[in-house]
Amino acid sequence: MSYKPPARRKPHPKEKRIVFQNIDRDGWSSDIEPYLIYGGYNDLRKAVTMKPADIVNEVKLSGLRGRGGAGFLCGVKWGFIRPDEKKPVYLICNADESEPGTFKDRYIIHQDPHQLLEGMIIACLALNVHLAYIYIRGEFPEGARILEKAIAQARENNFLGKNILGTGFDCEFYVHRGAGAYICGEETGLIESLEGKRAYPRIKPPYFPAVLGLYQCPTIVNNVETLCNIKHIVHMGGAAYAKLGRPNNTGTRVLCVSGDVQRPGYYELEVGGVTLGELIYDICGGMKPGRTLKAVIPGGSSAKVLRADERFKIKAKQPDGSMGEKEIGIDEIVMDFDSLTAIGSMAGSGGVIVMDDARNMVWALNNINEFYAHESCGQCTPCREGSLWMKKITARMLEGGGVWRDPEVLKNVADNIAGRTICAFGEACAWPTQSFVTKFREEFVGRAAKPLPLPTSPEYMPEQLITAEDPVAT
Amino acid sequence: MSTPPDMVNVQIDGQWMQFPKGTRLIEACGKAGKFIPRYCYHPKLSSPGNCRMCLIEMGMPRLGPDRKPELDPDGKPVINWIPRPQISCAQDVSEGLAVRTDSPLVQECRKGVMEFLLINHPLDCPICDQAGECRLQEFSVEYGNGNSRFLEHKVKKPKNVQIGPRVTLDAERCILCSRCIRFMQEVAHDDVLGFVDRGSYSTIAVHPGRKLDSNYSLNTVDICPVGALTSSDFRFKMRVWFLKETKSICTSCGTGCNTIIGSRENAVYRQTPRENNDVNSVWMCDYGRLNFHYLHGDRRLTSLELKGAQHQISWPEAIAHAASALKKFKKDEIAIIASGRMTNEELWLASKLAGALGTSLRDIVPHEDEGDDILLNCDRNPNTSGAQLLGLSTGRLSAIAEGVRAGTIKALVVCCEDLTECGFSDSELQKLGALITIGILANTTTKHATLVLPAAGFAEKRGSMINVRGRLQRMNRAINPPGDAREDWEILRDLLVAITGSNGIHAIEDVFKQMAAEVPAFAGLSLSKIGELGVQLNLTRK
Repeated sequence: MSYKPPARRKPHPKEKRIVFQNIDRDGWSSDIEPYLIYGGYNDLRKAVTMKPADIVNEVKLSGLRGRGGAGFLCGVKWGFIRPDEKKPVYLICNADESEPGTFKDRYIIHQDPHQLLEGMIIACLALNVHLAYIYIRGEFPEGARILEKAIAQARENNFLGKNILGTGFDCEFYVHRGAGAYICGEETGLIESLEGKRAYPRIKPPYFPAVLGLYQCPTIVNNVETLCNIKHIVHMGGAAYAKLGRPNNTGTRVLCVSGDVQRPGYYELEVGGVTLGELIYDICGGMKPGRTLKAVIPGGSSAKVLRADERFKIKAKQPDGSMGEKEIGIDEIVMDFDSLTAIGSMAGSGGVIVMDDARNMVWALNNINEFYAHESCGQCTPCREGSLWMKKITARMLEGGGVWRDPEVLKNVADNIAGRTICAFGEACAWPTQSFVTKFREEFVGRAAKPLPLPTSPEYMPEQLITAEDPVAT
Repeated sequence: MSTPPDMVNVQIDGQWMQFPKGTRLIEACGKAGKFIPRYCYHPKLSSPGNCRMCLIEMGMPRLGPDRKPELDPDGKPVINWIPRPQISCAQDVSEGLAVRTDSPLVQECRKGVMEFLLINHPLDCPICDQAGECRLQEFSVEYGNGNSRFLEHKVKKPKNVQIGPRVTLDAERCILCSRCIRFMQEVAHDDVLGFVDRGSYSTIAVHPGRKLDSNYSLNTVDICPVGALTSSDFRFKMRVWFLKETKSICTSCGTGCNTIIGSRENAVYRQTPRENNDVNSVWMCDYGRLNFHYLHGDRRLTSLELKGAQHQISWPEAIAHAASALKKFKKDEIAIIASGRMTNEELWLASKLAGALGTSLRDIVPHEDEGDDILLNCDRNPNTSGAQLLGLSTGRLSAIAEGVRAGTIKALVVCCEDLTECGFSDSELQKLGALITIGILANTTTKHATLVLPAAGFAEKRGSMINVRGRLQRMNRAINPPGDAREDWEILRDLLVAITGSNGIHAIEDVFKQMAAEVPAFAGLSLSKIGELGVQLNLTRK
């Protein structure tokens, strides 16, 4: 065949496109034909010649860390599945991409669904999975349609279904659409939802998915981007893949940059290949004209915010080879898992939200609080009650009703949520408040000048705190 | 420290203790005298871990390179504490587990959760039925703050919703612990409750088109830790702290669920289940629970009634009249219809009465209805087993009815039953020479009775019964019988004394003592030895 892959829009020179190699090619489609002509499913053909344990081993060697948010080592997760498991093992692709500021999985599904399917089929071979689900968020109807079509095409080509490529291995995929809830992206909430229940995350222990997952069977839940990487790990070999990026932060990662930069968008970079400064000022073209950087949320809206003039102490190798401390600014932060954890935030889902000096931090936090108050599943007390409380406080502050105690109460409410909930949503909704109030304290104190209402007044209404003197627009 | 094979060593607040494997940590702490507050956890239901009230600090012994616990200078294992607080309700004890139940972090967690639970709670304790037995109140005192930091509007939710015929919901008071949902799923097997909406707006609701109409619905009221679910029957009737609690048993079917009768000043206000893992766990059915209103109903017999009497008669007159009336008949002209609703003591005296009268015509009236596989037994007589054991259940009821019809039986003593419901007609009863009834409710039989002797209801007397599984249990008096009504055993004893001239029984304990001397199944037992949880007898039920 003389099919020439269409040219793609030129990525930034610093990018290393592996997972996104087919994204934005002119004339490219989500159909199987271009994918096949471009070498598609060849890695599956390679994988069927490998022993399942060898595939798992390559993934372990690759050092791949989950791209969904937690950054857990994929090989370790897979290693929880015993090769002699008697119960059925399920694979679930977590396509419930819901973290504000994150928009990578949607592009993969919309433009390169077969890459995801190939990665998933290889994962199924490795883990002896015969039934896998793609749990896609309800807000992606087009993505679900594309995936259904891709699955049908893969089945027609014997990449899926009975006796895959003559190996005798059977595997089926189902697309399950969520109904529009952030919490369905939490893996145990997702499993509950897939079982037809409310997406209430399960308590761990005992419900670790790899032990007691879907229908109480061992289950691996992986993010879309993570599963796409599986294909490339088989292609390159785990050891070669591990050379990309930095030790313990291997491979490439799609960073989704949004906010007040010249060129927001997605950039696939080697993990830790750039600093935050390079990302903002070089790759994304810097701040908008006349604006300066104020804050960055580096890993999706739940990650702790970084202040532009903040200084961080990190461990660094001294010239004599010993380990010591080094102080760095926000521009020098290496965009990998460990570096962002070391400075007290996280790489999260890869959603980098940039805010300039025109942004009101109370407004920004209220925006985030509104999201988490709306998305709290309501199962456990601290998050259910605390997320809405925090939102009500920031909303009142925005409307000009802040009382002097608000910053302290906000911070304390967040402290009472983080670490005390069933799932990580507690941290997700608490970290923004903790970090915004601490790091931009002057802005919050500035909007919280009123005295407390008298505790004895039974007629008290929160509205009486709000006066029209300084409403905030942003 | 030597450890038996099925025990594990657990360190609670610095003290090492041993617990059986499989003990829930929250229970182990309780046994160690360190009560852990909880809302969602219920020992008879699954643990969702959602209220977060039982957070504690947990740790495991630090292992050295040889995989053996490292020891401190005192020879005690060094503990690696988990930085995050952990719930104690979903965790079983394990070897070497260490917990801190009262550390600053734990106290802070409880304070935080208490504050969260109260910010949207209406705090309407003065008009809340749960007041006095509300966990929110109790734990507020122990772990809450004195004042509120909450300046916002509370979330509005549905109030006064009749979610079933017997249960009222106030969703604003609900703390979303899901106990009621889990009870309906796991115990009542009627998955009719659930949550709707999200986050702080989450609300308990009934499945669309359904009602919480299970016969076990009122158990959700019992286990609701707050005033969200209240009993439509008991609601606003009485403040719970005024209720006298009397341990008794339910007499509405053969299961004999253990109960607490809540009464005040000679009125019963409610019955609630009492834990007995050999009988009813901690549950009871709505039918049995609410089956007490008849004690205070219009049909209640409160005075002695002698047909044709010109004046109100007294008990001695009534007993004397009954004895002389019965003596007029030959022994096979008299029959005794007893009841499976009578206590063993009453049945035993009834059988003695039959013996004194010389009649072998005696039986009880069977009451059967639909049962279920949870608690409700199809035998609606609470003491059929006792009647069988004491020889009152003979299967001769239809023969007695036949005898009345044929006119060979001319006198009947009827206890607690309405004969027109079991094969006797009005005209047959009318033509009897003597119809003496001992009972608590007016019915067609008492209408035709020559002598009505008002007796005591289940909450008004003491005695014992044997449930369908052969368990001997005790009922206790919560209130006094109304008006002239007396305890049945006293009536029967007086009749017996009047007929035979014998004596020797002054207290109900004496009845049991005599009975235990004669009935081998009761050998060695006394009323007090039955205890609060009953005694399993070795019986074969016919």
